[in-house]
Amino acid sequence: MGDWKTPANLKYSESDEWFALDGDIVTIGITDYAQDQLNDIVYVEFRDPGDSIDAGDSFGEVESVKAASELYSVVPGEITEVNTALEDEPETVNADPFGAGWMVKIRASDLAGLDSLMDAAAYDAYCDSR
Amino acid sequence: MAGYLPEQALQPLIYDIGAPGRSGVNLPECDVPRATLPAELTRDDLPLPEVGEVQVVRHFVKLSQLNYSIDQGLYPLGSCTMKYNPKINEDAARLPGFAQLHPLTDESGAQGALFLMHELQGWLGEISGFEAVSLSPAAGAQGEFAGILMIRQYHIDRGEGQRDIILVPNSAHGTNPATVTMAGMEVRELPADAQGNVDMRALHAACEGDLRDRIAGMMITVPSTLGLFESTILEVIETVHDAGGLMYMDGANMNALMGVVKPGELGFDVMHYNLHKTFSTPHGGGGPGSGAVGVNEKLKPYLPGPIVEVVAEEDGDTPPLYGFVMPEKSIGRMKAFHGNFGMHLRAYAYIRVYGDSGIRDVTRYAVLNANYLRARLMRSYRVPYPRYCGHEFVLEGHIEGVDEVHALDISKRLMDYGFHPPTNYFPLIVPEALLIEPTETEVKEDLDAFVEAMERIAEEARTEPETLLNAPHTAPVRRLDEVRAAKELVLCCAPALPSYS
Repeated sequence: MGDWKTPANLKYSESDEWFALDGDIVTIGITDYAQDQLNDIVYVEFRDPGDSIDAGDSFGEVESVKAASELYSVVPGEITEVNTALEDEPETVNADPFGAGWMVKIRASDLAGLDSLMDAAAYDAYCDSR
Repeated sequence: MAGYLPEQALQPLIYDIGAPGRSGVNLPECDVPRATLPAELTRDDLPLPEVGEVQVVRHFVKLSQLNYSIDQGLYPLGSCTMKYNPKINEDAARLPGFAQLHPLTDESGAQGALFLMHELQGWLGEISGFEAVSLSPAAGAQGEFAGILMIRQYHIDRGEGQRDIILVPNSAHGTNPATVTMAGMEVRELPADAQGNVDMRALHAACEGDLRDRIAGMMITVPSTLGLFESTILEVIETVHDAGGLMYMDGANMNALMGVVKPGELGFDVMHYNLHKTFSTPHGGGGPGSGAVGVNEKLKPYLPGPIVEVVAEEDGDTPPLYGFVMPEKSIGRMKAFHGNFGMHLRAYAYIRVYGDSGIRDVTRYAVLNANYLRARLMRSYRVPYPRYCGHEFVLEGHIEGVDEVHALDISKRLMDYGFHPPTNYFPLIVPEALLIEPTETEVKEDLDAFVEAMERIAEEARTEPETLLNAPHTAPVRRLDEVRAAKELVLCCAPALPSYS
């Protein structure tokens, strides 16, 4: 196994987002493994607060010196907040992907999508297999 | 300037080397009455460089000497086919009868050019097994765009306008999903299986599930961007056709098929050619490109125009008359005039020089050279898909036990050995990808020199990784700060132009 971090209290998608649930608010970011694979992140862009998205929809994109990637939510709902600090300092995602590098908060209208996510152990195994 | 001081830029901007009033040409005294432009259309300053001829020549020669080109050495840039541009192409393109032909010349006065375009359409159709070809798209991505617009219009005309999904494998060129989105359609990504082929279970699920009636088609590159021939391609095509979709082939990797496999006969409905890749016309900064598009009978009426057809048959001593024609249900023009005609000329010359057996040899040598490099480099680098490859293959730019060295460092170090770096970090599905394509023109000695450089770099990674991390050491500039370059877009020249609001 590599030396990335995978906090045990979060849920993980195959497209390398992490999800944290608090009431009906879901906070989403990308994993330590993802930021390491992407390398230096130079640009982020998110949908606007107030926008509604469906499960499986993209809520934004992240661009590094290596690649540009879409960001996906597994839950539908309304975007209540985006981390605007990342616009000027996208490198925060590299430095602190699970903390200050969070990306969006969504008021989820349905939480079923979270059930399909992996726990930390399953996500580590998934990353190891890639 | 005789030289430059170490703290100065390698070559100043041309705006910084002139002086007010300096000029490279002396115009004769004006001997006709001066006309005066309306005051609102004139301005006092025009920020153009003010330099003499010698300064201009030296400036651009110096810049060209800082550059690296295929005329200097191996340029193994995978998935882009940066092949040598034979000089005879340039001879042909400079023939005054072609070079000085005005694009608005009446068709009757441009029969030679029209004949050449007609021949090229036919040859490209023959090489790929397609019914008809349009030369008008200006580059590969525009050829893709034309192809997807044709597929869309085909479905609309059949009353199946709800077909709005295009399947795209995850190894695809980035232009494929961009094209689909640009055409107002939706992308569905398909994973690769362990062999690097399209995952057939995922394809069947997409084509036989709830979305079946929304499948408009599939875009696929053959061989894939991993350099691998899709061994299940016939089943892929049949599956998409059974769902009612059409098959688009991205022809960027045609250098592995030309003269050997005809995509039209495999069952593809439409493809684009990159004349600036497969057919040796200049690429990158040497462009412009040309993204001709070929189609079968189904899509022929939708071709972008104009295309060249015989408008009056040969009659006794009178040769046939060629003319520009818009196909019956054409999606329209992709570009002003007739596409990048200078590229049609060069591609025509290329095909003409090689002939049919030579074209086949081009492919055979391209594939042989790639497999030779792959077989030798497998001893020092990991090859994630160790199958016979087409014209290119992927290595992992990661040396066992040396985690601090990345693909980028290996690429930068190659520059010190006199080679252009290969493509980095693409395709995205291989970590630390180095995508290598030697092309057919490289002789064994040059391939061996490249292998030796790569082997030495692998050894350096273990014994002196700092040498790689700080590379290049001999290039005109050292390691560039890519993060800063991506984040701080500052143009330091650009004298502000006055506004004309």
